[in-house]
Amino acid sequence: MPKTHITMKVNGSEVEGLAEPRTLLVHFLREQAQLTGTHIGCETSHCGACTIDIDGMSVKSCTMLAVQANGCEITTIEGMANADGTLSPLQEGFRMMHGLQCGFCTPGMILRAHRLLRENPSPTEAEIRAGISGNICRCTGYQNIVKAIQYAAAKINGVEFQEAAE
Amino acid sequence: MNDLTPTREQREAALEGMGCRRKRVEDIRFTQGKGNYVDDVKLPGMLHGDFVRSPHAHARVKAIHTEEALKVPGVLAVITAETLKTVNLAWMPTLAGDVQMVLADGKVLFQNQEVAFVVATDRYAADDGVSKVVVEYEPLPVLVDPFKAMDPDAPVLREDLAGKTTGAHGPRKHHNHIFEWSVGDKELTDAAFKKADVTIKEMISYHRTHPSPLETCQCVCSFDKIKGELTIWGTFQAPHVIRTVVSLIAKIPEQKIHVIAPDIGGGFGNKVGAYPGYICAAVASIVTGKPVKWVEDRIENLTATAFARDYHMTTEIAATKDGKVTGLRVHVLADHGGFDACADPSKWPAGFFNIVTGSYDFPVAHLSVDGVYTNKAPGGVAYRCSFRVTEAAYCIERGMDILAQKLGMDPAELRLKNFVKPEQFPYHSALGWEYDSGDYHTAMRKMMESVDYAGLRKEQAEKRAAFQRGETREIMGIGVSFFTEIVGAGPSKNCDILGIAMFDSCEIRLHPTGAGIARMGTKSQGQGHETTWAQIIASEIGIPADNIMVEEGNTDTAPYGLGTYGSRSTPVAGAAIAMAARKIKAKAQMIAAYKLEVHEDDLEWDIDGFRVKGLPEKVMSMKDICWAAYNSVPPGMEPGLEAVSYYDPPNMTYPFGAYLCVMDIDVDTGVYKVRRFYALDDCGTRINPMIIEGQIHGGLTEAFAIAMGQEIRYDAEGNVVTGSFMDFFMPTAVETPHWETDFTVTPSPHHPIGAKGVGESPNVGGVPAFSNAVNDAFSFLGATHIQMPHDFWRNWQAAKNLGVVA
Repeated sequence: MPKTHITMKVNGSEVEGLAEPRTLLVHFLREQAQLTGTHIGCETSHCGACTIDIDGMSVKSCTMLAVQANGCEITTIEGMANADGTLSPLQEGFRMMHGLQCGFCTPGMILRAHRLLRENPSPTEAEIRAGISGNICRCTGYQNIVKAIQYAAAKINGVEFQEAAE
Repeated sequence: MNDLTPTREQREAALEGMGCRRKRVEDIRFTQGKGNYVDDVKLPGMLHGDFVRSPHAHARVKAIHTEEALKVPGVLAVITAETLKTVNLAWMPTLAGDVQMVLADGKVLFQNQEVAFVVATDRYAADDGVSKVVVEYEPLPVLVDPFKAMDPDAPVLREDLAGKTTGAHGPRKHHNHIFEWSVGDKELTDAAFKKADVTIKEMISYHRTHPSPLETCQCVCSFDKIKGELTIWGTFQAPHVIRTVVSLIAKIPEQKIHVIAPDIGGGFGNKVGAYPGYICAAVASIVTGKPVKWVEDRIENLTATAFARDYHMTTEIAATKDGKVTGLRVHVLADHGGFDACADPSKWPAGFFNIVTGSYDFPVAHLSVDGVYTNKAPGGVAYRCSFRVTEAAYCIERGMDILAQKLGMDPAELRLKNFVKPEQFPYHSALGWEYDSGDYHTAMRKMMESVDYAGLRKEQAEKRAAFQRGETREIMGIGVSFFTEIVGAGPSKNCDILGIAMFDSCEIRLHPTGAGIARMGTKSQGQGHETTWAQIIASEIGIPADNIMVEEGNTDTAPYGLGTYGSRSTPVAGAAIAMAARKIKAKAQMIAAYKLEVHEDDLEWDIDGFRVKGLPEKVMSMKDICWAAYNSVPPGMEPGLEAVSYYDPPNMTYPFGAYLCVMDIDVDTGVYKVRRFYALDDCGTRINPMIIEGQIHGGLTEAFAIAMGQEIRYDAEGNVVTGSFMDFFMPTAVETPHWETDFTVTPSPHHPIGAKGVGESPNVGGVPAFSNAVNDAFSFLGATHIQMPHDFWRNWQAAKNLGVVA
């Protein structure tokens, strides 16, 4: 099948490569850009393990074609840490609040939470739950993921994080 | 001594040992996308394999045409059963004593069964090849209903077993019968029923469901023709067992097989067994001389890899009129699908289902299980469960509620009346288990106080009255469940897999600088072993947990172990860690005595080193002992500081818990709302409370999914109608309830650190709590037992059946 030359900016760096028209974006990122942090869980847009940020939107990269991302600006989990390599507030929140177990959904969950907090810097618990409802986790029961996002929101907003009583 | 000398508390805190909410070391990589899962493994020249699968649930395979597929650019080979026969791999043994086709040999027995394996240069080309393989099928009559499996005119499913009247577990009664297993005293039990004041009998079904971890099953196989060595990276919960199985069936010497389980994206039992994908990828690598990757998609995972449950349990309880249970009789019809590939220890055809007497002191009991073949996917696994304990707990916990209803007793009071008493431990159950320790009354009463049980029942009575007056259309259910788990498989006297005793192992090596590595026979799939195992070592030998690296999943470096499933890691491997650490500590004591020039008996342990009794300033830290172990050991002693332990536990462990669910259901729509869920767990000694709570949250979420909607369903033709996350219920953050956790601590008397395991308790206890809440809500309208899963539609149906909805 003929291939198209595509370029995109991923985590601030130019990435170029050849993709068949049918190549899924998640495969392009994982196989050609060698960024394996974006995971594949269902291939039907239900689980959200492949969630990345494209031009300021959360997108499930398992149901988008690589050619559609030509010229786009993309952030993946590999682009989420602070410039000095330390964990960003969201990453730190997930660790501090025990918001992950097997870690397979975590990159997608963090990317979705990243955009959620840009859209709504101080979400309520209900808003967080609705905001991440496109991402499935099989290990944590979500409660600690919600706390992780609240922790990050507090840190980004410069306020003290207060864990809600059980 | 100066101000910089750490206090005793500071020294202890620095260890981050047992009881500490130590943050997980795994998270540093997982939160940055730096985990290394199987699909991340990329080798030079690697090929990709993909399956041709059967659209039919039962059909004869008349011909497989591969010519067009082989013309597809990038396709290198198409493997069929005929190919596999040339290397004697057309069929493989299952963990349950049966055999299973690797690729369809003559016919198919379930929809999406593997028929051919296409190998190509990339996954897209492999998929193109799959679409070009033409298979000629002759459809056969399909058997879906397990209750019809042993009808005289039921279709013959397993033609390979024709004429065989004996199976792996004894006589077969019918051509679709797999085994009959019975335990307990039938005569005494029947007698108890004859003289009982009250009896109940109910067919309680636990529907077919699926573990569906977010990462599917996958592997990369690489055969080195020069060395004759096979390396397999795979999503394996039990890497060593996989290596042994591969060696036995592929006839490759075991030392020449290297099995590596890297990071695993959830297992929940799905990744215990061996699947055709592993065999085909290995054969393809041997045939092509190149590495071959096989990655399953979600539909394949849901429809062709190991399902869970599918137990249909006719449950009878005998009791006195004041509510003392006097006998339990259960018959199970177990639907095992096309092949008996259940992941149970060899001696237990129905796993540990004989824990079905639960937490109650049944004087007599009798249990029998019939396993049957149907045209469904094989591989019943313990989905977040210890070998059928989930089904057993559901059976007895529904049964007790039904009995309470018949007696007009409160279900919590009925349980309190029948619990095994603290002074009865170690308790021998009527069906043959020895419960190690427990204090059920304390746990139950703590739960009842914490939730204001009496207040909830009062509120419920008021709501019921309001419903009867027509003032509300909402009904309130209170689901009580109390469970006793049986985990820690297991003692070699009870448990083996394919003849290998179910011990587990740990090897600890301490280096001169006071840092070390622990290698394990277990394999985390998210349970946080790298964090908690180091905590046990920290407490045992006084080296900070941060200085201990834990490594699992590489059969070249790890000592042989039976892997992680059935909540066995802490009860078995956790004990192996403590025993290995104690061997190191014993040698360290000899070194310290030599260096401090005292007798060993004059030393006492003090957090992170040895101190001379009565001379507190004469101490030697473990860190200093590590250095000394490599430069000045006592004469005649070997240098080094390492130990290995292969731990064969003397008994299982028996964690328990008291759960409560409060639910409101709108009878006109069937919509439910979980208002409250409280879970009290007693898992013995708690290693890392943060991780325990996380495990409970996760297990409860899976219990919620199973009880309230998750089901693998088939139509009459054997088509799977729940083959994706579109129709197989996966709760999101929106549906998932809020969890309240609590605990009591009753250590295991035989475990070196008293830990019992917790991973699947919330699933085991959670499902009956949800189901009891639904049933309790409807009970005042005349319902005795409503089958799971309790989704909106079924709730509405229940209301309709009870005549409260037109």
